[in-house]
Amino acid sequence: MLSRTAESLFWTARYIERADTLARNLEVAYRMSLVPNTSAGNRSEWQSILSTSNLLEDFNAEYSEVNQANIEHFLIYSHSNPSSIRNCIRAARNSGKEVRIALTSDVWSALNQAYIEFKKFEKSPEEIDLPTICDWVKRQTATVQGSFQGNQLRLDGYDFYNMGTYIERADNTARLLDIKYYVLLPTIDMVGGSVDSYQWTTLLRALSSYRSYYWIYGGDYSADRIADFLVLNSACPRSLKFCITQVAHHLDMLCSNYGRYSDAQMLALKLRDELGTISIAKIVDEGLHEFLQSFISSNNQLTEKISQSFLFGVQ
Amino acid sequence: MTEKTFFNEMFDGDEVRIPYQKVDEWLTNASHLSLARKQEQADALFHQLGITFIVYGDESDAERLIPFDIVPRVFTATEWSKLERGIKQRARALNAFLWDVYNRGEIVKSGKIPARLVYQNEAYERSVVGFSPSQKIFSHIIGTDLVRTGRDDFYVLEDNCRTPSGVSYMMENREAMMRLFPNLFKSNRIRPVDQYPNMLRRTLSSVAPDKCEGSPVIVVLTPGSFNSAYFEHSFLADQMGVELVEGRDLYVHGDFVYMRTTQGPKKVDVIYRRIDDEFIDPLCFNPNSMLGVPGLMNVYRSGGVQICSAPGAGVADDKAVYTYVPEMIRFYLGEEPILNNVPTWRCSEKDDLAYVLDNLAELVVKEVHGSGGYGMLVGPASTKAEIAAYRLRILEDPDDFIAQPTLALSTTPIYQESGLAPRHVDLRPYCLVGKDIELCPGGLTRVAMTEGSLVVNSSQGGGVKDTWVLSE
Repeated sequence: MLSRTAESLFWTARYIERADTLARNLEVAYRMSLVPNTSAGNRSEWQSILSTSNLLEDFNAEYSEVNQANIEHFLIYSHSNPSSIRNCIRAARNSGKEVRIALTSDVWSALNQAYIEFKKFEKSPEEIDLPTICDWVKRQTATVQGSFQGNQLRLDGYDFYNMGTYIERADNTARLLDIKYYVLLPTIDMVGGSVDSYQWTTLLRALSSYRSYYWIYGGDYSADRIADFLVLNSACPRSLKFCITQVAHHLDMLCSNYGRYSDAQMLALKLRDELGTISIAKIVDEGLHEFLQSFISSNNQLTEKISQSFLFGVQ
Repeated sequence: MTEKTFFNEMFDGDEVRIPYQKVDEWLTNASHLSLARKQEQADALFHQLGITFIVYGDESDAERLIPFDIVPRVFTATEWSKLERGIKQRARALNAFLWDVYNRGEIVKSGKIPARLVYQNEAYERSVVGFSPSQKIFSHIIGTDLVRTGRDDFYVLEDNCRTPSGVSYMMENREAMMRLFPNLFKSNRIRPVDQYPNMLRRTLSSVAPDKCEGSPVIVVLTPGSFNSAYFEHSFLADQMGVELVEGRDLYVHGDFVYMRTTQGPKKVDVIYRRIDDEFIDPLCFNPNSMLGVPGLMNVYRSGGVQICSAPGAGVADDKAVYTYVPEMIRFYLGEEPILNNVPTWRCSEKDDLAYVLDNLAELVVKEVHGSGGYGMLVGPASTKAEIAAYRLRILEDPDDFIAQPTLALSTTPIYQESGLAPRHVDLRPYCLVGKDIELCPGGLTRVAMTEGSLVVNSSQGGGVKDTWVLSE
């Protein structure tokens, strides 16, 4: 397949995943804003979304006050914020349009439909409340994902698209976990206190893992267990290990399809093995923050290797 | 404006013409509400499929839909058979002409066509003089624009020999009609059009260059997703099962063209390009073009790749050269033309110019190199001031203009809230020229959506209809 096609598929998936995560984060922030503002951690909830997405500076450049209305606008409708839901949907649709023939018509319709409907929201944003738009985004991204998983030919395009999804997801999980652990709970002693219990549950909610955590660990929240769930648990579809295992799987598929090994594959296998052999106790011992920072950088490196291995970008 | 009677393809007075009888029954029996709902469904369907086109200069909503009308346009087998023979005849003559003017130029030597018109034509491509493309074919896809003025009277308006667009609408209009009105297709014997991509692929394969070994690798070359016809480019590539490439996906190495793929470089044998000559190779043509592939023309001239249509094919569909197509048919084929040309006055000739200037209010005047309905004068529909202004333009460079009588374009009904209303239509069927010559039984019917308007171009608000060819 054309390298440009593979690259566009990869990015279509990333933007869709990004929009989905953003909608979930917004939903959690909204939920937090409904809770009486008594405990210390809550106030920074809106701001923490901005830090998660590395957008605090961009936001401050455009708005004078950190409040719900401004953040909503910035994260949903802003033209200047490259990761706003508006821009994610447009970027996903435009890169999908560039490779229309590599997508089934169902996937294209879903992308195009989201784009067209969002244009209507944009005309009168004041008429739509936050939960409605978050629901809408989740439904649109689920439709795109669903029609992709349901109908797409299991050829190389399928692998490139999925790698985009999982690399983006791993990045989102790592950042979110890092913000919650590091920004909100700077010292390890506070873990287990009454504030963090609520913080941790919001984290699980943001990653749509609230109920799944229950199923696996029972109702007891502890930082270790939640970290274990989101970093190392192979059953959690948002855990770092799960995501990297998926990326490695798709690189393996490409290897057997193309009949050659790639540098990207070597790196993914190495990362997968590291996640497979390390324990959460060791990670926490050596510093979760350091671990997550190093993971985020390895994950970026993996993107670069994929680009090089499959000739992305104009040579 | 003088009152004219127009040939109505559906109604002959109060009588319904035979090919439309089933359509009429359907329209009579369907409730107004159900038709209105179907029309809405059709619009939603097109929007969802993303069949939009970009109107140049319209920035407010850059992508919009071409209006689709649910009343089909119908041809009988007999009507079609004449069109088919006529269009194929033109296709053969035009390709013979193209090969001739890039090689021995017999038609010019014989004095049938002025040398100036050919060799000084902007579309005449000096860089391919003496070159003979695979199968001696220059124009592989010809979109012939036709109008009808009476029961048996068809005129060819122009032959689009470069990269005619619109064929995707032919197929999507059919798709929409079949989804919306399946029963109509059960009760009528309508020849299918969905084999077109297969025919196109066969045609392109048949002109693979000699250096190609094994089954040829075909690509569709597009200027990119911002082009007005991008939907069609991707649609055709998809339907043919070939890659849709941009210039930046291709590069020249040694004697061949390659595309960059995730598995490394892959050699390309046939390029169905939807980019103008001027942009395909910055080394040979426009050095500022970012759309093309540096060195492509060298590979082409050494037989490493076939470009479809071949560079230089444009000289055959120039509006001034058009007037000589009947001559070409007689000269190369020794036959009489089956389809008429519209009588045309060439402003480059003194007597014609005088006539045109005296009768501007009655005529349609076009720029020789223009397209898309831009920059033309429709005399009967223009004000005195507009005519006076156009007159000055003609006088400035008469060679640039031709004039034709205002034809009494036939009408077919469109569906409106207030019921059926006649509107003017034209027709563009698609003829494929490779080892064989084939005509797809159908085409693009464009319809002027405004009452009385004769301008059917989509860039000027025209709509489209499904076009049916009935089998015997």
